[in-house]
Amino acid sequence: MEQSVSYTLDSTLDTVDHAEEKATRIATDIGFGEDEVMQISMAVRECAVNAVLHGNAYAPDKKVVLSFERTPEDLVITIRDQGKGIDLGGIPNPLAPENLLKTSGRGIFLMRSFMDVVEIRPSQTGTEIKLIKHVRGSSAAGKEASQ
Amino acid sequence: MSMKLSTRQVDGVTIVDCSGRITLGEGSVMMRDTVRDLLAKGNKKIILNLGDVNYIDSSGIGELVSAFTTTKNQGGELKLLHLTKKVHDLLQITKLYTVFDVKDDETAAVKGFK
Repeated sequence: MEQSVSYTLDSTLDTVDHAEEKATRIATDIGFGEDEVMQISMAVRECAVNAVLHGNAYAPDKKVVLSFERTPEDLVITIRDQGKGIDLGGIPNPLAPENLLKTSGRGIFLMRSFMDVVEIRPSQTGTEIKLIKHVRGSSAAGKEASQ
Repeated sequence: MSMKLSTRQVDGVTIVDCSGRITLGEGSVMMRDTVRDLLAKGNKKIILNLGDVNYIDSSGIGELVSAFTTTKNQGGELKLLHLTKKVHDLLQITKLYTVFDVKDDETAAVKGFK
């Protein structure tokens, strides 16, 4: 992969599959292990689902921008939609007993479980989510491992 | 690989053999329709055999929860069989592993119904 690559995608279910496939390919090419590739691809899939369904609400005139950046220490994935912006205060904890049997609401939780850093930036013109996975052997990963 | 489902009867229990991916879209819809159809026909002892399910996302997890609660609300019982490591780990992370009745042995799972 080049140092960075970006895709502008329609608000469709196909985009969700394409985003996952691209994440799997890029994470594999970088050299992440099988489990980490699965974690990255699932986090990207969940993020893309949020962008297509909850952000853009399948609107044909709204796009999802997906970008991958390889830094010396990290794989940085950014997904941006053109929706109304997520309400961070309204995200329930899916592990709370009263939410355990709910059929939705686990996407952001899974992203946070699988990635090293998840940054969510909502605005009135859309939500941008940054997913960061430290590259094994980098100084960032080493710093965590030594803690 | 898309989702495939087939059902079979063993000693009054319906076993749904699932393979492929349970994800948003076709996979989740197939799972939902199959369980609802079984319940509508009076089949209330259900085992979802997930041994060949290689991928599940949060929508798929939601469908498993929906299948479980819908069956329970209609007086039935639903068990999960042969979880792959990926599905097992996901259910652990989401604290659902202890909510579901998870089995590793089909014969024991069939005999375990009330």
